Amino acid sequence: MAIRMASAEEKANKRATRAALGTTLIKLADEGLPIVAVDADLSGSTTLGKLGAKPEYADRLFNVGIAEQNMVDVAAGLSLAGNIAFTGSFAVFGIGRAYDQIRNTVAYSKLNVKLTPTHAGLSVGPDGGSHQMMEDIALLRQLPNVTILIPADYAAAASAIELAARMEGPAYVRLGRATVPGVYADGVQLEVGKSYVIREGSDVTIAACGSLVDEAQKAADLLAAEGISAEVIDCFSIQPFDEETLIASVAKTGRVVTVEDHSVHGGLGSTVAEVLAMRHPAPCAFVGLRGTFGKSGSYEELLSYFHMDAPAIVEAVKTLMA
Amino acid sequence: MESLELKAIANEMRKDIIRMLEAAGSGHPGGSLSCIDMLTSLYFGGVLRHDPADPKRADRDYFILSKGHAAPALYATLAHAGYFPVEELMTLRKLGTRLQGHPDSSLVPGVEVGTGSLGQGLSISAGLAAGIRLRGTDQVVFTILGDGECQEGQIWEAATFAAHQKLDNLVAIVDGNGLQIDGATTDVCQVGDLGDKFAAFGWDVHRIDGHDIDAMTDLFNALKADRGGKPHAVVANTVKGKGVSFMENQAGWHGKAPDAAQAAQALAELEEGGR
Repeated sequence: MAIRMASAEEKANKRATRAALGTTLIKLADEGLPIVAVDADLSGSTTLGKLGAKPEYADRLFNVGIAEQNMVDVAAGLSLAGNIAFTGSFAVFGIGRAYDQIRNTVAYSKLNVKLTPTHAGLSVGPDGGSHQMMEDIALLRQLPNVTILIPADYAAAASAIELAARMEGPAYVRLGRATVPGVYADGVQLEVGKSYVIREGSDVTIAACGSLVDEAQKAADLLAAEGISAEVIDCFSIQPFDEETLIASVAKTGRVVTVEDHSVHGGLGSTVAEVLAMRHPAPCAFVGLRGTFGKSGSYEELLSYFHMDAPAIVEAVKTLMA
Repeated sequence: MESLELKAIANEMRKDIIRMLEAAGSGHPGGSLSCIDMLTSLYFGGVLRHDPADPKRADRDYFILSKGHAAPALYATLAHAGYFPVEELMTLRKLGTRLQGHPDSSLVPGVEVGTGSLGQGLSISAGLAAGIRLRGTDQVVFTILGDGECQEGQIWEAATFAAHQKLDNLVAIVDGNGLQIDGATTDVCQVGDLGDKFAAFGWDVHRIDGHDIDAMTDLFNALKADRGGKPHAVVANTVKGKGVSFMENQAGWHGKAPDAAQAAQALAELEEGGR
């Protein structure tokens, strides 16, 4: 099925991926899916509160208070009772603090728990490094049985949440705080295990994920103005990963720059490097956070400061091509 | 089932715990022997509604072994109840077995969820109890915690949540044997009076002799019917290594398997005690 991209209007409509969470769960519950959600005192920020605010679903949202480990295992128990259980909190707590609960209960027993904390990456902004989760993909990519989806925009987030709900077993949908321009048309239906070539090119592949897909597209525009043709791939599904789309692109362009709002270690960059090292060796460069925690600032300022914005991607491409 | 019969079953299962741990060469006898009587009450005393021929039957009561290292006790119980052949117990901890060192729900019929990383079973049980309430059925969730396990902070996150949610279809049994790997819980990092603690968290608290099968059966059945708006905690006074003289009250037998001579002595004692 052809994937429809965002119209000019949808592109201009900046929305946060987290905003899709509560709304999509209400839609799925309306369709009769046994949706429940467990949050840890952040149900306004995660938007899970919207589910509980609907009178007919008030008993389907559980607030455990500030207790993220309990949150994940309560979700595990709810899934054992036949529910599709979503979790909240921020990624730094909902993944980081509850890692053992995710590992030894959710992943080990292959439970129908959907990890959907929000505020992943630098997109948290001014809250600073303590709250900017830069290693969640790395942590979860090591675990068997966990599907990892990283939506680039609101429409992709709605699709990812629905995919997570409709598949059996553990899933992580990485959601951000910052608003990002539309990439896909509203109502788009993406697939688990797929990457999407959202711009064709011949000189370099830019493999991006999440909120930085937009920066990758901007970088491709800047590169085009200088006569460099960049192919942009949205790596929507990190686990399972679409090796064929990556290899087909790199076979054409000969090189790849990865772009992620995450540490360069263990996330998309490492995924791409592992695939290419084993199946199609090619020069790589990695845009992401390197060897440091984040810090306070606006999202835009931080992306510039840490060399993760469009100009930084352009620079990485040029260095790789030099 | 008659009281004497239940004691006989518990004694047979104690022997199997010794046999399988000897065969495995590693594992946790002390905490298995301390909780086998409560498992006997739950599975053979008519407390749990369960069906070995249909482990996933929709209306079953649930049991979750939060102190997953007592897997030998759970395996012995499930085997004697008919979930899998008793002979399979001798494969414990060996390559290719379904009977992993800690319970794996993907492998063993009757195991609801994998446990072993301590402190998680009460949260899982509370979530399950909340899920059952949503479903609107009368099912009950039982879980067994170790007293040392109550050093885990997550236990108290779960205790807070269960009381707030008024999960009166949840029964947490504390296997209060007073010992953990490094010694007495009072010496390692004392947990205090767990009954008082659960009461302070808003639970309905009961104390019992964790080796008095009939008394436990009566209490558990009463708690199943008690929907008074509070989750139930049963603090059971138990003896670690119960039934084997040289293992009783010895922290050293927390995680060590008996050798052939020790197993023979233990089995002889249990044979004697079973008469």
